[in-house]
Parts: sequence; C-alpha cells; structure tokens
Amino acid sequence: MSAKRINLTLKVWRQSAGEIIGSLKTYSASDISTDMSFLEMLDVVNENLIKNGEDPIAFDHDCREGICGMCGSVVNGRAHGHESNTTLCQLHMRHFSDGDTIVIEPWRAKPFKVIKDLVVDRSALDELIQAGGFISVNAGGAPDANAIPIARETAEAAFNAAACIGCGACIAACPNASAMLFVGAKVSHLSLLPQGKPEAKKRARQMVRKMKELGFGNCSNEAECEAECPKGISIREIARLNREFIKAEFS
Amino acid sequence: MNWFIDTISTSIGKKLLMAVTGLGFCMFLLIHMIGNLTLYGGKDLFMAYVEHLHALSPLILAAEIGLVFFACVHVATGLILFLENRRARPVGYAVKKNAGGRTFGSATMPYTGFIILCFLILHLINFRFIEQTPDAIFQAVSGTLSDVSFKIIYIAAVFVVALHVRHGFWSLFQTLGANHLKYMPMIQAIGIAFALLALAGFGLIPIVIGFIA
Ligand code: HEM
Ligand code: SF4
Ligand code: FES
Repeated sequence: MSAKRINLTLKVWRQSAGEIIGSLKTYSASDISTDMSFLEMLDVVNENLIKNGEDPIAFDHDCREGICGMCGSVVNGRAHGHESNTTLCQLHMRHFSDGDTIVIEPWRAKPFKVIKDLVVDRSALDELIQAGGFISVNAGGAPDANAIPIARETAEAAFNAAACIGCGACIAACPNASAMLFVGAKVSHLSLLPQGKPEAKKRARQMVRKMKELGFGNCSNEAECEAECPKGISIREIARLNREFIKAEFS
Repeated sequence: MNWFIDTISTSIGKKLLMAVTGLGFCMFLLIHMIGNLTLYGGKDLFMAYVEHLHALSPLILAAEIGLVFFACVHVATGLILFLENRRARPVGYAVKKNAGGRTFGSATMPYTGFIILCFLILHLINFRFIEQTPDAIFQAVSGTLSDVSFKIIYIAAVFVVALHVRHGFWSLFQTLGANHLKYMPMIQAIGIAFALLALAGFGLIPIVIGFIA
C-alpha cells in the first residue's frame, strides 16, 4: 500500500510551564505521509514551528517502538489514540483521514502535573513502585535457572502482568484517575512468582495505601483502563490485586 | 479494631464495603421480589404472605436494622468515593471518549444510587410507616399504585434499580477478587438476568395492580 499525503488540523494543549495556565492552540499539519507515526507527524509540525521562530510542542518519547512507556497523550479523547493495544509512537497516520481535526491533550490526573505542553510528571508511578513494587534480594552468585521450578502457566501469567510499560494510559483513561491497573499489574507479576511471595502481603498493603496518599482515585470497575492499555493488561490483574489485598489485610 | 478501620479506609477497603453491602442489597432485592410475586396471585395470597411475614417479626426487625445499617454504609461510602474520584482529576479533558469499557450503567452508578435513595424514602413512607395490618397494607399498595403519577414513579424507580444492579452485580464480584476467564461471563450473564428479572417482577406490579384489586 503506497503512502498517501494528508492535511490535518491539530488542536494541541500548550502550557509553557506547570504553574502557567494552558490552552488548546490550533496548528495545521500539511503534507503528512500516512506512513508516518503520530510522533513523526508531531516532529514535522515542530520543524515548521522552529523554522517560524515559534516554540516547538513538547512531548515525551524515547524508544518509538512501543516498549519504553515514555510516550502518550490523549488523542481525540482516547489515551494513545483510538487504535487498541497501541502506544502513541506506534499509532500511524494511516488511521487518520485527510481533513481530520485532532485534539491532543496531556494525561490528566491530580498526581500527574503538567511540566510543559504534553509532558507530564509521572514520578508518582515511581513512588508507587518504591512503595513495594520490587523484590528484596541479597545478591550473591547467580542461582541456576532451573533451581526454582515455576509452572509454565504461572510464568505466562506473571509475564502477561509484567508486560506493563508504566506509560500511565490506564490512569489517563480512567474516569476516576485510578492507578489500579498499574498497581494490579505489578502486584500480580510479583506475587505470582516464588521470588515475590515473601513480600506479597507487605507489597499489596503498602502500594494500595500509597495510591491514596499520592491522590489517585478509586477504581469503580469501569474497565476503561483495560480497553486503553497498550499492552492489553486485563482487569483480572485488578481482581488479583483485590485478592492479594484481602489476604494481606485479613490474615 | 484499629486495624479494621485502617483497612476499610483504604481505596480497596472502601470498595469492599460497597461490594459487601451491595451484595446484601441484591439478596434483599431477590427476597423482596419473591415475596411481592404473591401479588400476582391475588389479594388473598398477598395478604397471607403479609401475615406470614409479620409472624416472623423479631427476625424482620433484625433484618430491617441490618438493612438500615448497610444502607448507611453503602450511601456514606459511595459518597466518599464519588467525591474522592472527582478530586483525583482537577483538570478535565476538552475531549474524552469511552474506549469501550464503560457502560451506561457503570457511568451512572452514583446518580442511579442517589435516585434509589430518594425513592427508598418515598417507598418507606408509602408502605412501611403506615398501619401494619395486612388489610391496610394491601389498601395502601393498590391505592397508591392506581394513581398514575405513582405508577410512573415506581416503574421509573425499578428501571433505575435494574440499571444500578446491571453494573453493580458483576462489579461486586470483581471487587471481591472473583474475576476468572472461566466464570466471569457467567457472572455477567447472571447480573443482566437478575436486573431484567427485577425489572419484570417489580415493574409489572403497578401495571397489573388494577386487575388484582
Ligand atoms: C440507597 C441508595 C444507594 C446509593 C446512594 C448507592 C450508591 C452506589 C454507588 C455510588 C456505587 C458505586 C461505588 C463505586 O464503585 O465507586 C454503588 C455500587 C453498588 N451498589 Fe449501590 N447505591 C444504592 C442502593 C443500592 C441498592 C438498592 C443495591 C442493590 C439492589 C445496590 C447495589 C450495589 C452494588 C452491587 C454495587 C457494586 C459494588 C462494587 O462495585 O463492588 N446499591 N452504589
Ligand atoms: S497497565 Fe497498561 S496502560 Fe497502565 S501503565 Fe501499564 S502499560 Fe500503561
Ligand atoms: S516512545 Fe517508547 S513506548 Fe512510545
């Protein structure tokens, strides 16, 4: 399929610094190849802005291959855009049509402060991980890979949860700005594996309390997170987090 | 007891309160509906049911106290969750679309819940805080529900309850941690069936009441 060229109107959230009030500004993105990714389209727009002596649109990105979790904006009301299981960097312009208007906004949640334009401070996710999303090991000689038997199904289940790249789309998409899918993924990933079990109780209790402290909302089982997660993490991980929490609190 | 307060103050703790009290309401709703089905059998059957029910009065009193307590917990916790969730996103989106997870029922839980609370008060004034003899109760039911505006209010309220239960039922299992690929489709189906059953069971009473009296 050969690339087409399309013209778009962008409405982008511009905010020069966290404490300054922002607004949506309109730009035109002309002669965009449908083979470009969404971020490449923004690069083209930024090139023109720079040429005209204007401030380019700030957005987060790193790997541009859907694995690092740095990118992400709400595009026409959908986190990472309207394609499912796709990060913003992997969203291609062939999913848009000539003449489309695209509204681009940053992740919105109380713990995610806007740093500039589309860039938000997601260090709250790091704080959640620091509250228990790890295993404590006394590093010594590397054990044999087969020293701890783990059933294949268990390894697969843990891996499904470990696929989370920490992008924050689940929180951005959640009507309550809840971090339950992110925390559910981490708690599931670690509690399924023998290495994570000794700290399972402490982990569930502390991470859940940290969510509230950071100002995230409460889950109301809307399942919007699951629909927007670029890694297809299921709300069954939230149910597992609930189980882990119940086990930890009531025993 | 300190640890318990600490547990139910957390985000999941509050959800657990909603789930347990919600499950209690679902069980009450089922029993209440089965009881009311006697209305379809005619005046005598309904009066006999009321008489039997009142013969169990110490048990009924205990259930009523339990339900009032559950209602207080459910409403207060629901309100706290609603306010906390609004505070969690001080700046909203200019454009926000649903990705496919949200349903009309899930999006309206706090509002349908509030409507149910208002209806509950009206309902208790209509049929609970009146003379408690089978005859008086039957008169109140047939009298109130033959009024067109009460017919509409009662049918609308049953719709709202059905909507609340349609999301609430599967949601409470999810909250309690019971979501498994094998069973969730069945839980979802039971929730929808239960909501429809409640809709039919309660909702038809105001329509057929004229033929019963
Ligand atoms: C008295 C008025 C009521 C109010 C104000 C109310 C309010 C709410 C709210 C706000 C929620 C959502 C909480 C959240 O997930 O954040 C909820 C959940 C729920 N409600 Fe109600 N509700 C009421 C009555 C009822 C009744 C009569 C029933 C059952 C027949 C019921 C069953 C449920 C269930 C099963 C849930 C789901 C719990 C969960 O997600 O874990 N509620 N209610
Ligand atoms: S659970 Fe999904 S949406 Fe949420 S942070 Fe992880 S990868 Fe992103
Ligand atoms: S830039 Fe790494 S996931 Fe998009």
